[in-house]
Amino acid sequence: MSAHEQFAEDLALHALGALQGEERAALEKHLETCSACRLELDQLRGDIALMATATVGPKPPQRARQRLLDAISKAPRVPTVVQARSRFNWAAALGWAAAALMFVVVVQLRRENFGLRESVNKLAQLTSQQTIEVANAQRVMDTLTASDTQAVTLVVAKGRPQPQGKAFYLKNKSGLVFVANNLPQLPPDKIYELWLIPPGAAPIPAGLFKPDARGNATVVNPPGLPAGVEAKTFAVTLESASGPHDAPHGTGVMQGGA
Amino acid sequence: MSSADAKVVSPDLALVSAIRAGDASAMASLYDRYSSVVYAVALRVLGDTGAAEDIQQEVFMQLWRNPSAFDASRGNLGAWLAVITRNRSVDALRKRRPETDPEDVVLSVVPDMAGQADRSRVAEKVRGVLSGMPATQRAALEMAYYQGMTHTEIASKTGEPLGTIKTRIRAGLIALRKAFEA
Repeated sequence: MSAHEQFAEDLALHALGALQGEERAALEKHLETCSACRLELDQLRGDIALMATATVGPKPPQRARQRLLDAISKAPRVPTVVQARSRFNWAAALGWAAAALMFVVVVQLRRENFGLRESVNKLAQLTSQQTIEVANAQRVMDTLTASDTQAVTLVVAKGRPQPQGKAFYLKNKSGLVFVANNLPQLPPDKIYELWLIPPGAAPIPAGLFKPDARGNATVVNPPGLPAGVEAKTFAVTLESASGPHDAPHGTGVMQGGA
Repeated sequence: MSSADAKVVSPDLALVSAIRAGDASAMASLYDRYSSVVYAVALRVLGDTGAAEDIQQEVFMQLWRNPSAFDASRGNLGAWLAVITRNRSVDALRKRRPETDPEDVVLSVVPDMAGQADRSRVAEKVRGVLSGMPATQRAALEMAYYQGMTHTEIASKTGEPLGTIKTRIRAGLIALRKAFEA
């Protein structure tokens, strides 16, 4: 059976003219775009025609034949071909031209309709995919930055955890995620500052941060970071909380080459 | 197909072609060929000889006025007339405006019924399938077909679930189709 299962029984009812209301409207809308169901509907109508042939009954009375022939004689048909050759009917021609124009417009509109429908479907798929990606990204960010995230540093057995940081940098999108742990608590009026140091150029400020009570800190996409800058080194310095913060003035805490 | 066969024109097509040209005698021939099935269907639905005659007249006049409504590529003429008659009769029975445009009636996989022998063979086979159905299924199908009842009305009348009625009707029609696919 080629028709969609959810419409299968309604198709049979529709073929019999027994489907009404919302069910009928929903099926007719579906039929506009589903050739498989249209074919199934045609087949069901064929099945209905079979039932007609099994209908038995008396023959029509003889007067019915004469009645038909009388009606025909009073409503003679003018063969279409003769009429077309005998006189050019401008009104009819204009009517046909208008009908042809309408047909072209309808065909075009149907094409556009299908095109738009395809675009909507693609956008819906894209949106769905992006929603999943955003959710994944948010989950990663939550894991990295949430206050209740367990951050565990693995060191050589019997060694003491040392301050350390990891910078994840995507230069083309100015994306930077910095995660630090085991940082010493800040003295009063002091603050840590992250620096992005390009090759052969001055350090670029990449965010101020304070560690939490466990010495953990994060910097996520600091504002003002220019796009496309090559990073040779990342560094953290201990700066005065009141600034200035445009260039390193304090002491170095950690650094690492990209 | 031989070249001789290729020249054979279906009697129905020849009649419709003559009707298109305004030949009233072709209409009489067509009436002689199909009036029994048209009248039988109309009478079975309406149960009144006068009303059945009116529907028969209406169906044949419709074809006379607009023979182009029948497209031979969409099914055979006998089946097409039978479906139009059934639909028009149900509309009359239920006192509603005609809902089916004859030009929209497309029939697939209907066996050829141009000859009287063909029609008798098909009718016998259909009656065999119908008589072999469970009585409840045949009743649901006939109520929908001959009385134009909706599935809701049938369910209300028989006291059975809507879904059961739907399934019976569809299964009944499919059973008819399968009998001719075998």
